[in-house]
Amino acid sequence: MYAYDELDRTLINERVEEFRDQVKRRLSGELTEDEFKMLRLQNGVYLQLHAYMFRIAIPYGTLSSEQLRRLAHVARRYDRGYGHFTTRQNIQFNWIKLAELPDALGDLAEVGIHAMQTSGNNTRNVTSDQWAGVAPGEIEDPRIWSELIRQYTTLHPEFSFLPRKFKFAITASPHDRAAIKIHDIGLRLHRNAEGETGFEVLVGGGLGRTPFIGKTIKPFVHGRDLLSYVEAILRVYNQYGRRDNIYKARIKILVHELGIDKFAKEVEDEWQEMRDSDTALTLDDAMIEDIRSRFTYPAYEKLPHTPEELKKAAHDPLFERWRKNSVSTHKVQGYAIVTLSLKPVGGPPGDATADQMDALADLADKYSFGEIRVGHEQNLALPHVAKRDLPALWNALDKIGLATPNVNLVSDIIACPGLDYCSLANARSIPIAQELTRRFANHETADLIGRLHINISGCINACGHHHVGHIGILGVEKNGEEFYQITIGGRADENAELGALIGPAVPYGEVADVVEDIVEAYLALRARPDELFVDTVKRLGVEPFRERVYATR
Amino acid sequence: MPLVKDGKITGDEFIHVADDAEVPGGGAILLSSTRFLGDPEALSRRAGKTGVIWPNNRDLDDLVPYLDRLAVVALVFPTFRDGRAYSQARLLRERHNYRGELRATGQVLRDQFLFMLRAGFDSFEVKKPADAEAFAITVKRYSVFYQPTGDGRMTALHRRMMLRHSESASP
Repeated sequence: MYAYDELDRTLINERVEEFRDQVKRRLSGELTEDEFKMLRLQNGVYLQLHAYMFRIAIPYGTLSSEQLRRLAHVARRYDRGYGHFTTRQNIQFNWIKLAELPDALGDLAEVGIHAMQTSGNNTRNVTSDQWAGVAPGEIEDPRIWSELIRQYTTLHPEFSFLPRKFKFAITASPHDRAAIKIHDIGLRLHRNAEGETGFEVLVGGGLGRTPFIGKTIKPFVHGRDLLSYVEAILRVYNQYGRRDNIYKARIKILVHELGIDKFAKEVEDEWQEMRDSDTALTLDDAMIEDIRSRFTYPAYEKLPHTPEELKKAAHDPLFERWRKNSVSTHKVQGYAIVTLSLKPVGGPPGDATADQMDALADLADKYSFGEIRVGHEQNLALPHVAKRDLPALWNALDKIGLATPNVNLVSDIIACPGLDYCSLANARSIPIAQELTRRFANHETADLIGRLHINISGCINACGHHHVGHIGILGVEKNGEEFYQITIGGRADENAELGALIGPAVPYGEVADVVEDIVEAYLALRARPDELFVDTVKRLGVEPFRERVYATR
Repeated sequence: MPLVKDGKITGDEFIHVADDAEVPGGGAILLSSTRFLGDPEALSRRAGKTGVIWPNNRDLDDLVPYLDRLAVVALVFPTFRDGRAYSQARLLRERHNYRGELRATGQVLRDQFLFMLRAGFDSFEVKKPADAEAFAITVKRYSVFYQPTGDGRMTALHRRMMLRHSESASP
């Protein structure tokens, strides 16, 4: 956990008071809606189809049980008793009242939660690997650097009115769970030949209507120079990013139009100027150490690799099914990382009720040293579970509906809120996801299919990351009707790729059928049972899938 | 439009001279960048104080040679959502060591005062009178700052280092 100190708490409280004043001035008419809009957005408040939506940051996806209880409280007291976890380690409440927002923010501030960086044309919530600090083989805990970036970008006086939003993601593992290649800046922590820790910096990744995979701008930036290098990128973007067209304003367009080499040179020139004249951004070891020291880790016990409890439970096929796809290797022997599916059959992806949040907070206290993680796949995780406790935990999770054994399987679907909530959407996302979870409700079939990520976006803004879904579904509007374009072969990890269109868009009622046909085609085409869907597509290309799926349509 | 300078509402001694109007020899004037760059040597050496209104999409390099002869550089916020002038302000102050008046013009609103101050602005053509009156209170909203700019405010990282140091020094 990261422990906020007096300075962090003071800033959050000052932010709440500022927003209280801004809401008051809006309600009295002193601020116009146009003036207020950016201010509320910078506090996570959107106006959606039915009500205000309130988005709260969960930086690098780490939550304490106390914080999760407070989110449950906000869901109950100010909303309709549930919240929605997003693809960027945020949580959203969909039915909040403007006049009550300052109080909700105040309640959250008491436990070190805020809504800064959840909207507006500024740096957004800095995301990272949800297994940070517990994944085996990690260079070091990427949250230390995420927190340094978070602090540096929070209320930055120069970069609070960028051409467009700006997203960072950081990973420190060979396997990228943070999807850094689809972010404005992606940072991959690694060591150079001298054994020093630094970052490969990627820039210009992003989805939306013009998707790009991020490009490497600098293979190695030393940790002490990270902030100054980032400032150079942001300064070039702030000055030269397009402001004439909202759809061309992201840094990916600037990088694309200039070309990565020219953009990199602009940044390098700016950086060299800054490094000569200004050392204020250079991080010395003591500063990094200070941030590091405020991430605390549990006092792990010395436990056996395979405890008796686990051996006994292995006879229960239901437990085993859940364990196989939900339990992952921890860096400490005798412990495990447990992923909790927020994708129950027939449910909207990423939703959790206040009661589930409270119950999970209790389970985290009992089994995971009071810590919970939030991943971009819209699932939660308990990062430090003793393996001997797994059977008991599974029973308890099952009782609160958080033990659906579909993590990383076909019904573990990522979806945006879509037309059910969002004013930007062209089509519904949630009902498509719900229908697909029903079609693939049979866990044996799902196991047979293996790892398969379906991503659904209700419009071209791509909040459901459809471009990088193994199967991507994009809602579009055609003559007032909902249609869906389907892509295959996308992926968001270290081998990130954009999916390719499989055929013409299909109407709402046919989406689930098409997806079923794609999966059947895969089962017929795969070389071996353990060749993953995305690898089969890579090997064969789209054509054999198109033939099979569209032959009869 | 009230002018806030050094934290207080004051009268504006500068008059805007239109591009087709005659430039007076004396008195404090503000010129457009186009007008100024038409004859920068002469205009920056006139008897009265001279200031230039610099657009947010024009390269500062053209202005830099004359900075020490200018009384005011006015940077422009066409809307408050356009943040280019924040970078220009920091570059003028921190890279080019401009020490004259740095004025924010355009859609200058209360909720951006502190950002502007931190970027190096010291005078503000404020759009709404109520905002100008609230200036002194508004810029005290925050006492903690996470990033260094040229304004000299100590960052949270540096404060923590000092706190740690004093803690370890005390018995």
